[in-house]
Amino acid sequence: MSRIEFKDVRHAYPQPAGQPVQYALKEVNQVWENGGAYALLGPSGCGKTTLLNVISGLLTPSEGEIQFNHRDVTRLPTTERHIAQVFQFPVVYDTMTVFDNLAFPLRNRRMPEARVRERVDEIAEMLDLSDRLHQRASGLTADGKQKISLGRGLVREDVNAILFDEPLTVIDPHLKWQLRSKLKELHQKIGVTMIYVTHDQIEALTFADRVVVMHDGSVVQVGTPVELFNRPRHTFVGYFIGSPGMNVLPCGLENGKPVFANNLLSSGYPADADLSGKLEIGIRPEFVSFCDDGIPVAIEKVEDLGRYQVVTVSHENEQIKMLIGEDEAIPSESPMIRFDPDNLHLYHNDWIVETADA
Amino acid sequence: MRKSSNNKAWWLVVPVLILVAFNAFIPLMTVVNYSLQETFGNNVFFWEGVTWFEQVLRSERFHDALLRQLLFTGMILAIEVPLGISVALSMPRKGPWVSVCLVLMALPLLIPWNVVGAMWNIFALPDIGLLGYSLNSMGFDYNFTQQPVSAWMTTVVMDVWHWTSLIVLLCYAGLCSIPDAYYQAARIDGASAWAVFRYIQLPKMKRVLTIAILLRFMDSFMIYTEPFVLTGGGPGNTTTFLSIDLVKIALGQFDLGPAAAMSLIYFLVVLLICWAFYTIMMRNEEQ
Repeated sequence: MSRIEFKDVRHAYPQPAGQPVQYALKEVNQVWENGGAYALLGPSGCGKTTLLNVISGLLTPSEGEIQFNHRDVTRLPTTERHIAQVFQFPVVYDTMTVFDNLAFPLRNRRMPEARVRERVDEIAEMLDLSDRLHQRASGLTADGKQKISLGRGLVREDVNAILFDEPLTVIDPHLKWQLRSKLKELHQKIGVTMIYVTHDQIEALTFADRVVVMHDGSVVQVGTPVELFNRPRHTFVGYFIGSPGMNVLPCGLENGKPVFANNLLSSGYPADADLSGKLEIGIRPEFVSFCDDGIPVAIEKVEDLGRYQVVTVSHENEQIKMLIGEDEAIPSESPMIRFDPDNLHLYHNDWIVETADA
Repeated sequence: MRKSSNNKAWWLVVPVLILVAFNAFIPLMTVVNYSLQETFGNNVFFWEGVTWFEQVLRSERFHDALLRQLLFTGMILAIEVPLGISVALSMPRKGPWVSVCLVLMALPLLIPWNVVGAMWNIFALPDIGLLGYSLNSMGFDYNFTQQPVSAWMTTVVMDVWHWTSLIVLLCYAGLCSIPDAYYQAARIDGASAWAVFRYIQLPKMKRVLTIAILLRFMDSFMIYTEPFVLTGGGPGNTTTFLSIDLVKIALGQFDLGPAAAMSLIYFLVVLLICWAFYTIMMRNEEQ
């Protein structure tokens, strides 16, 4: 087990000559504390898998340094890093039985056979594979094969970290919940660092203590699910987390106060800050409500989702989504809305601006 | 649901049946006809029963040819299969060299059999051939027209040169179909290079390799043109393989009865070995 640290890590995949270098990872500085349960969240193609492969040593980063417990491992081969990794699509050794598949990582490291048996039985029990241990792995369904892949990741006890690369993609929804809670349970039991890659926010928020949000090759925010929800540091986080995502609206600035639709909003921002460039406010649909005196809007669409309703309104060309309770009435004539000032954030070139009193 | 039974579609198969009848079944039956009778020409036949079969099966000449044939096929498989696999493993998977390698590998396969025989004949001639002359000037006593060992070596090397590429290309295709994730998983699992070969590459190559071995077996078991052009079956009878012997009996001596019996036995041997090999290789696939 160990603490994993990224120092100025960048990576670019080989490219045809003559084209500008495109970084799949753009300067990542990040510490993964020993024993943490992390979720790595981001859309497809944002560099999540690249980051995992850099940790496990399947890729050597173009620049920067990886440290395990303050020891540089950047050039260390995969086998010596003692990282377990589970891939998105099942990988099984077809000619072996389920048992031999699970035992493979242990036997490769010359563990005594009695101990191998013990470990494999334990893991098979956990993954519900006990009755199929002596079948050939090639005969299993996709679910079963992915369970074997998971099992091979979990079977070693001496690993520094376990990495999951969207491991439950091919698995049935009901089994997904079950397996995810088993992983969570296992994490609490053995306390090894786990990093779970996903593009599904529910999956990330239920699995992890800390969520690392990636966007376009960089880590944009690290925090608990609550922090990500309440205080997105980057407009992307606001938009990506929550359903529907945060409203991001262009705004002006007057005396350190953001202005939207001739309304002064929120409290003061440091007057000396250089805020030339793109300025936006971010407000979550949960904190927009109807009122008697506010921003005039037109109602475009109402979606009833059972326990609440999503209302899309517009002011001039800006669309704003709001979330209101099932029983709340929607005004029919000249509706007005207000933003809750405590939950309003100002973004400068997509990054949050700290308030003066914060 | 009512099923209407209309079997008219079977008529569509008729052209194929006619084709197969004319190019396989009828010639085979002619051979069967010859194998059971004696003829002295003029379309006069005398019933002989299984006499020819008994004669062939007891003949020392047939035993020797069969033995030589088995030895030859065994030797070339023992060389070509491991060599083909290792060449395929060491070929690049991507980059500009892939096409260069593939073209180089495919070249020998494009050369006609008799040209290969003639090429090697000239190449190996002890007095003027590059190979023969060099070997002799290095102090080896090499003369494939007179020494059985030299003749065998030359024949085997010629076949390896001509046909290893086939195994290479088939194995390479098998290797290229393995997704990267398998190699990554193997690195995570700490697998050695041998384990990667044994548990990933070999199983994934199994089907193509089975086909490759079958093709090489059949082809080498029926080899005729190359050794005929190279050595003519000599020196003596030392490189007279089954089909060379068959042609000698059928067209040289014009013993049509024994030749027909021999070709049927020959055919059954090939069929039997192929069937046994394929069954064993595919036995585990079903599960």
